[in-house]
Amino acid sequence: MLEGLQWLSCYLTTGKHMGFYVSFGTVLLLLAITAPVALGFGFGAAMLSRARIAPISWIGKGYIAAVRGVPDIAFFLFFVIALDQGIEWLLHQARCPEWTDPIRQGNDFVVCDIAKMPLGTSPQWIHETYGFALAVLTFAIVFGAFAGNVLYGAMNSVPRGQIETAEAYGMTHRQAFWRILVPQMWVYALPGLSNLWMVLIKATPLLFLLGVEDIVYWARELGGSKMARFTDYPHGDWRMWYFLVLLVFYLAFTRVSEIVLARITTKLSHGQATVGGEAQRKAA
Amino acid sequence: MKNLILTTAALALTAGAAMAETVRLGTEGAYPPYNFLNDAGEVDGFERELGDELCKRAELECTWVTNDWDSIIPNLTSGNYDAIIAGMSITEAREELVDFTQGYTQPSPSAYAGLTEGLDVKNAVIAAQASTIQSAHVAETGATLVEFPTPDETVAAVQSGEVDAVLSDKDFLVPIVAETDLMFLEEVRLGGGIGMAFRESDDELRGKFDAAIASMKEDGSLNAMLDKWEIEGKF
Repeated sequence: MLEGLQWLSCYLTTGKHMGFYVSFGTVLLLLAITAPVALGFGFGAAMLSRARIAPISWIGKGYIAAVRGVPDIAFFLFFVIALDQGIEWLLHQARCPEWTDPIRQGNDFVVCDIAKMPLGTSPQWIHETYGFALAVLTFAIVFGAFAGNVLYGAMNSVPRGQIETAEAYGMTHRQAFWRILVPQMWVYALPGLSNLWMVLIKATPLLFLLGVEDIVYWARELGGSKMARFTDYPHGDWRMWYFLVLLVFYLAFTRVSEIVLARITTKLSHGQATVGGEAQRKAA
Repeated sequence: MKNLILTTAALALTAGAAMAETVRLGTEGAYPPYNFLNDAGEVDGFERELGDELCKRAELECTWVTNDWDSIIPNLTSGNYDAIIAGMSITEAREELVDFTQGYTQPSPSAYAGLTEGLDVKNAVIAAQASTIQSAHVAETGATLVEFPTPDETVAAVQSGEVDAVLSDKDFLVPIVAETDLMFLEEVRLGGGIGMAFRESDDELRGKFDAAIASMKEDGSLNAMLDKWEIEGKF
């Protein structure tokens, strides 16, 4: 039997705990990829919504309204299965045209073997990467809709006089958009976007719904009581301690985010015709 | 675009792999002694050993996948893995969604376990894992049912006093009763034994595993395995 610290250091380095530590990386990677992709989706949606041709602006507004109106959890359960089956259905049509059996057989969704995504023969890590990619896309679509709404509002908040001046200088509509409107709108968008970022950080446990083993899954698995027959490290119900670790992680992460976002706000307010920008001018 | 790159990479990597039939086995990984994650984070337990032996006999290559209990049947029917081997009792309600092999355990006794002796389990608050034969049974007896997503949480609820007792497979509770303050109260027999579940459209694969289970029953190797993991009932 090992005692005290030695026991703890062995316990904290089991393969299972390594999975727990890796899952922190998974969550950070998800955030690092999702945030810019969602911002891109949002920017696209905001641009579409502003289009002067009505049907195009309906696409942008429709996307924002539809996704914002569906509860996140329903979206994560329904959309991912639909997306996965949609991809497999398309592959099936392309690769197995001679297949005659129905794809829906009762409860079963059956496509030919080479249309499986990923292939049944693929190693486990490809399955996990595919699940992760689906998760990123789903998160990006959901948060893109919210970001789209924020950016749309921000674009409309830039004083009209700025655009008029640009046009008076002979800029085209496109030039005025990219050179005048976009650089100025960020300061209006930032409060809304920083809210979204905070919500996104805390939404990551939804990953487990998508089959990705995230930090909450591992905390629950590791914290549950363990019997001596099935492990070298038996212990009682330790979930509280593991969730405490998660609490500290999330608090620290949101705190760091707040500091960074405050700095960005200061930088973006510089020289702007806003209260923040005016205060900076007077202080200088 | 990112997806596209990943997809192409995945295809490129797998195109060269041998086309030996790979069967993905789905399990919960939270139900000792049937299936659990060992210290190394790998699936272990009676069903791990059984599944590996069955695959050897059926000459299939098998990989193990863990999945949440709640969505374990929908993920089978939508094709994320090919079989469930997760301590799942054969019941009529499940037969409507999936097809089972013959049982590889006898209909095993379920047991109530609590902290105080002489509890009237028909008139108490009972914890059970959601969507199990035990939770269905508790609802029938008229006791107050509290459901939890994982087996471990049902036991934790008894220890914290949130419920009076837990109803679960006896084999799952035996090591817990041996090592904690919990004691057995009453036994009931539920379900028709534990089997592997397959998609209803997948009769060929189910046939292979069914034959492998039959051959293990014949040569006694299944009994030896049940003994090793201290699971009640023999063939």
